[in-house]
Amino acid sequence: MSYAIPGFRHPNLPKNELGYTAKDYEGRVSTLCAGCGHDSISAAIREACFGMSIPPHRVAKLSGIGCSSKTPTYFLGNSHGFNSVHGRMPAVATGGNMANRNLLYIGVSGDGDTASIGMGQFVHAVRRNVNMVYICENNGVYGLTKGQDSATTDVGSVSKKGEPNALEPIDLCAIALQLGATFVANSFSGDKSQLVPIIQAAIAHKGFAFINVISPCVTFNNVPGSTKAYDYIRQHMASTNTVDFVPAEEEITTDYAPGTSEVVTMHDGSAIHLQKMDEKLDIHSRRSALALMQEYKAEDKVLTGLLFVDPDSQEIHETMNTTATPLRNLTEKELCPGSEQLQKINDQLR
Amino acid sequence: MKPTNVGNPEYFHKVVDCQFACPAHTPVPEYIRLIAAGRYTDAYMINWESNVFPGILGRTCDRPCEPACRRGRVEDKPVAICRLKRVCADNKDAIKDRLPKIPKEKNGHRLALVGAGPSSLTVARDLMPLGYEIDLYEANGKAGGFMRTQIPSFRLPEKVIDEETGYILDMGVNSFFNTRVESLKALLDQGYDAVFIGSGAPSGRNLKLPGYEVDDGENIRVGVEWLADVAFGHATECPKDVIVLGGGNTAMDCCRTALRLGAKNVKILIRTPIDAMMASEWEVEDTQAEGIPILENHNPQEYVIRDGKLVGMQFEIIEYSIDADGREVFTPTGRNEVVDCELVLLAIGQANAFPWIEKETGVEFNDTGLAVVDPVTHQSTNPKVFFGGDAAFGPRNIITAVAQGHQAALSLDMMFNGQDLHVRPNPGTNLLSQKMGIHDWSYASMVTEEERHAVPHVDLDEAIHSHTMEVELGFDAATALEEAQRCLNCDVETVFSESKCIECDACIDICPVDCLTFTENSDEAKLRKNLNVPAHNLSQDLFISHDLPTGRVMVKDEDVCLHCGLCAERCPTSAWDMQKFLYVAPKAGQQS
Repeated sequence: MSYAIPGFRHPNLPKNELGYTAKDYEGRVSTLCAGCGHDSISAAIREACFGMSIPPHRVAKLSGIGCSSKTPTYFLGNSHGFNSVHGRMPAVATGGNMANRNLLYIGVSGDGDTASIGMGQFVHAVRRNVNMVYICENNGVYGLTKGQDSATTDVGSVSKKGEPNALEPIDLCAIALQLGATFVANSFSGDKSQLVPIIQAAIAHKGFAFINVISPCVTFNNVPGSTKAYDYIRQHMASTNTVDFVPAEEEITTDYAPGTSEVVTMHDGSAIHLQKMDEKLDIHSRRSALALMQEYKAEDKVLTGLLFVDPDSQEIHETMNTTATPLRNLTEKELCPGSEQLQKINDQLR
Repeated sequence: MKPTNVGNPEYFHKVVDCQFACPAHTPVPEYIRLIAAGRYTDAYMINWESNVFPGILGRTCDRPCEPACRRGRVEDKPVAICRLKRVCADNKDAIKDRLPKIPKEKNGHRLALVGAGPSSLTVARDLMPLGYEIDLYEANGKAGGFMRTQIPSFRLPEKVIDEETGYILDMGVNSFFNTRVESLKALLDQGYDAVFIGSGAPSGRNLKLPGYEVDDGENIRVGVEWLADVAFGHATECPKDVIVLGGGNTAMDCCRTALRLGAKNVKILIRTPIDAMMASEWEVEDTQAEGIPILENHNPQEYVIRDGKLVGMQFEIIEYSIDADGREVFTPTGRNEVVDCELVLLAIGQANAFPWIEKETGVEFNDTGLAVVDPVTHQSTNPKVFFGGDAAFGPRNIITAVAQGHQAALSLDMMFNGQDLHVRPNPGTNLLSQKMGIHDWSYASMVTEEERHAVPHVDLDEAIHSHTMEVELGFDAATALEEAQRCLNCDVETVFSESKCIECDACIDICPVDCLTFTENSDEAKLRKNLNVPAHNLSQDLFISHDLPTGRVMVKDEDVCLHCGLCAERCPTSAWDMQKFLYVAPKAGQQS
């Protein structure tokens, strides 16, 4: 087994605005099972960051425990990283974000880490609207402990063990929508043409951006009868829209038929260009997204794409009215204004 | 595009760039792996089967394999294939017991070979084990032809030539040395069933400018003839000032030899600029390393004679350009220059001469002075007369002569078996998975970033005093191992099975050089543009799979694939597999 990949790259590799090639966004060689969907998601994150010319040293990668949570090692090897306690990634991400609001926070979690042990943490990060990208690599199985059904396994879905799951699944997108997440998308690891622009839009989004990515587990949950197998998803996948992410500096050049497309302008001037696949979805309405998800589920279909976005969302720093300077940059001078100031404050309260 | 037919052996053969470029199709990666394993004798025998003279070629080959080597496209320099070949020749054990057995009972066909150069010797090597009776005629006293007479000993020691020509002569060839064939008709009249002519391109071109008639070839020498004189000990010293005309490898050999025979002031003069010279880059480098100046854009005008003696040569300075049709144009500048010299060596090309082939033999000639020879079968217009080596299509190189010898031998054997000479047999091929475990291969799949190693030379001061001391020392075992590991194992092919692919992207994500893409099929120009990294190198093929369940196809750009096996290692279903492809060019006796 190879634990390193050769140092040579294609001599004609393109460079981004920073002069970096895709190699500068690589991490170490994955030690996950061959064919794991998670590796495709790592590749999609690399591609998204390379395409947006994000300086790798301005990114913090955060994760908990699980197959999914190993993956930050496999992308952005020149970025900051924190591999936290099981299910506690949202707390670490929130703390990091409080201390330094100038970094880009990419949290990577799985269905166990998010929907089971970390559920209490996840929901609070959502309602606080922490400014971060939260990717749940959802394979519907506990791969690292040999393939037990997880909290997102569909009723009746059969894993390699052969027993149909009896319990109701947690729909993470629905929960995120109900708790006020300001960016919610559902995607599939095997469809990078959809996943990469969604990750880019999530990075551009100000506030909590949640992406649930169905990511087949080739070892325990890629069998006939599983609703999270490559074949099942390919056969049952439906899209709300096709997504194009257009960075702020670039002009939108694609022509779409009128009435079927929509441009969502983000706070930084970039734009999400949506080509609607289903007329019924109002991208700005939680109710519309929830209703449509139910409708597709009833037809045994998996609805993917961008489900909801609020481009004017207020992230936690704005809500709390914190200083624009990252807290970690504040020195004793700013934090301890002296007894004279303290006296003034005390006087106001008399 | 249509799905690639990997059942056609030429597809995978082309992926092995070095082997494909080699005229004799030597399985290069196969013997390089054996060198890395220290199995020098096995590596030597693989070479011997294909190119007959591994020790000679490991020092002198024109190495078409190296410019083709994929490593040269991935990083700066190709694998030092040629000098690795020398390593197996230098370090092998005795091989006599591995040579083919020669049948005591002959098959009844008598052949005459004219000239004992590489092509004739190859014909003998291929046909002796099949029971042919072979008479070999050679004008010189020893076998080797051009290899012995024209390549100086400091590049190719005589004992190497003796050894490798000896393996063939010892098969029981009836050799007639010091016997120049003066008449083809007389030879045919001796009742031979066929004649193979591998007499080389013996005469170098002369240059009879004003002044030549006074010297009359005494100090104005055709380079190849002068080199032969040196090789046979007729010329042992050299005057102080020597000029060499010509920009090919022979010119390089002439000036380096002159230096060793006592010349103090040797210059090369060429009509073209240096970058348009014919000589191989490495031979120019070696020449310049010995302090020999190359004067460019000098067009010879006349020999300067004083008191009946050659004292110099007058040149006109010219401007060199290429016209719209790609032809060379030499524009005089009007400036002249005289270069002092006591000896002029002419290395301006070679000409074939066949005064000994009579019209009534039925061998026809074309207007370039060469016989009309079928490029595939090597048969002339007299069906009993075959040509090979420089005698067939003009001066090339040793490895081409060997390849032609193989083809001619095959034709001869097919003719005596009553087969159609144009229906050539298929190559032998073998495709074998290299999988040893889930993620384990039977070849060293990891790609080293080691750079190309230079071959050590003897001390220049020491070398310059002898024209027989070999300048190159060859790689030692440790360096050879490091150099061998630079080989990318291009013969371990990436083999794709559509039916197993679940389109999980694992191979695409891991490929270090982005040579794989899932995409919609379209025409080649469009496909080449749509790949993850566009495929601009048109000399390298695209592999196109059959349609996959999502309607897309797998496309692989062969250009810079490292053959690292990671695609197959990361594939959950073994849709990619690494399989070693062995391609054996057809040879006499192997046709069905």
